[in-house]
Amino acid sequence: MAEVEETLKRIQGQKGVQGIIIVNSEGIPVKTTLDNSSTVQYAGLIHQLVMKARSTVRDIDPQNDLTFLRVRSKKNEIMIAPDKDYFLIVIQNPSD
Amino acid sequence: MEIVHVYTKDREEFGRQCLLWDRPTELLADILPDQNLASNFIQRNHRDQAVQAGRQVSEHQVNTERFESDSHGVNHVEGGWPKDINPLDMEQTIRFRKKAEKDESYLNSIQQLGSVTEYCSRQNNAVDIYQEPFDGWEEVEESPEPPSAKTINVFRDPNEVRRTVTGLSWHPDGGRKLAAAYSCLDFQKTSRDMSLDSYIWDVENPNRPELILKPASPLVCLDYNPKDPHTLVGGSYNGQIVYWDTRRGSQPVELSSVEHSHRDPVYKIIWLQSKTGTDAFSASTDGQVLWWDARRLSEPTERLVLDPTREGNLDRALGAISLEFEATMPTKFMVGTEQGLVVSCNRKAKTPTEKIVCTYDGHHGPVYALQRNPFFPKNFLTVGDWTARIWSEDIKESSIMCTKYQMSYLTDACWSPVRPSVFFTLKMDGMLEVWDILFKQSDPMLSLKVCDRALYSLRVQDNGRLVACGSQQGETTLLEICSELSTLQKNDKSLLATMFERETKREKILEARQREIRLKERSRSEQSREEEIGREDGEDDPDQLITRAESDFYSQVEAELKRRERREEEALREKDVCEEKEVNDEEEAGRNETSS
Repeated sequence: MAEVEETLKRIQGQKGVQGIIIVNSEGIPVKTTLDNSSTVQYAGLIHQLVMKARSTVRDIDPQNDLTFLRVRSKKNEIMIAPDKDYFLIVIQNPSD
Repeated sequence: MEIVHVYTKDREEFGRQCLLWDRPTELLADILPDQNLASNFIQRNHRDQAVQAGRQVSEHQVNTERFESDSHGVNHVEGGWPKDINPLDMEQTIRFRKKAEKDESYLNSIQQLGSVTEYCSRQNNAVDIYQEPFDGWEEVEESPEPPSAKTINVFRDPNEVRRTVTGLSWHPDGGRKLAAAYSCLDFQKTSRDMSLDSYIWDVENPNRPELILKPASPLVCLDYNPKDPHTLVGGSYNGQIVYWDTRRGSQPVELSSVEHSHRDPVYKIIWLQSKTGTDAFSASTDGQVLWWDARRLSEPTERLVLDPTREGNLDRALGAISLEFEATMPTKFMVGTEQGLVVSCNRKAKTPTEKIVCTYDGHHGPVYALQRNPFFPKNFLTVGDWTARIWSEDIKESSIMCTKYQMSYLTDACWSPVRPSVFFTLKMDGMLEVWDILFKQSDPMLSLKVCDRALYSLRVQDNGRLVACGSQQGETTLLEICSELSTLQKNDKSLLATMFERETKREKILEARQREIRLKERSRSEQSREEEIGREDGEDDPDQLITRAESDFYSQVEAELKRRERREEEALREKDVCEEKEVNDEEEAGRNETSS
């Protein structure tokens, strides 16, 4: 429990990190550092995106699997680390 | 011949057992081939014939009906909460969350994911991903591509009987709409079932006109009010002026009365700059230019008769075919006539005789288009017969620049509103030509065949890129000109100003010289007239003029012939000289050989 907290705190302390969200396999945001409405929005949209990305990778090569997904946009970058049951979403703006 | 063998058997022998015996074969008949019959037949040549056994397939294209699609987003609100937990209940959700956090797999996976994410996050911080890699480099100049124009849309006359597009006008506010006037200008060729309508087209939708205008008589020209984009004024074939408001529908709001309108089709109508924004003036081949106030079309506010002798005599008046008005010079305007003259007039003159300021004798045929250069209002463009000419206001004798005589008649022209040296012309063989006088004066920059029939009217949109041209078959083609010809270059204005000045000066010098020569001749002829006694004073008889012209002509022809003979003689002499020289050279060469 404490290690989890420590890990998350470390990530949050990185330069430019705006927020962290942990979403479970059903799309429910379990832990978040952002406000509720943004969390819900991110969780819902990213859940679909990760499912699609994962199925794409596996369709191309069934032995393969998705390890990490980065979505870079003009204003920031959304990093998604998927796992069997959960995903960890970090939103960072690196140039600050 | 028939070969018949009869076989008979007695009735009593039916049913008797057959008695078979061996007998040698007996030849019953032998027919040998008759060689004479062969002459009726010819042996055919062998022929190769291919036979294919393949599957028959065919290809079809189908254009489906328009499928309307709409994009919507779906907002995924909350995730898949288990059935027993109410997502709106804060307590339950918090409890659920807390339970999830205590899960074994949660702890493991988060630790793993955390380390991966931290690595990437650090990576982002190490390298600035939003840096501009090519900052500060100069912009590469694009290589000049050949000028081109693309057809974007074609608007076709939806009626059965096609009419010519005689007038076009762009919507003043952004140019999303185009108003086109349709009528048949051929003498007495209008059929009874020709529709009288004119249309307003939306540029995006070529299938159906946006608004149908229904006048009482077909419209020859129309114009959008630049101040109020909902109102239009049009001139019709029977001489009436019609006023529309597009908010009020297809029927005209007001019509001018027949007694006070023109007696011939109204060829051009333009809105004027005025405080009320409702003034317009129109011109027609009956020789009048009428001013109207759009609020009261029952009577024109002013009238001008285009009589070159300035007497206001309608019988002598010149028929007007085109009109020109520039908002920056609101008191002056110009009229192009059927006789080839361009008349410059001043609206604010006190007496009608002073209204007509001067005339420019330009073309051999009607002046179909007349427009001042939007950047240099002292110079204007006219088009008529087979040439396009550019004039300067100060030089009244002749144009300062003139294109070559083209292969077919020019019907319309206008300047580009964006580049001062570019203008467009239309020809009767369906070609659209774009000229750039700074680049080349003898040929157009771009010559496009827009359609097979003659093109009659042309309008450039205010941004300079879109050009609409209307044809005899009722098609209006919308073209986009390439960016080179529609963007202002740096030195355009100054170069063009110097060019116009140069040409104007040249014409002035030529005019001065002509005047000198004429003066000299006149003084000489006056002297000779004084010497001779018995010659009648006053105007020459037309016969005398003719004989004098003939004698002049013959003397010139003879002089020319003599000159040609002299030239030929010289050429022959030169050839003789050359031949002699050659002969001499050969002799010398021969002599040298013998000596060596």
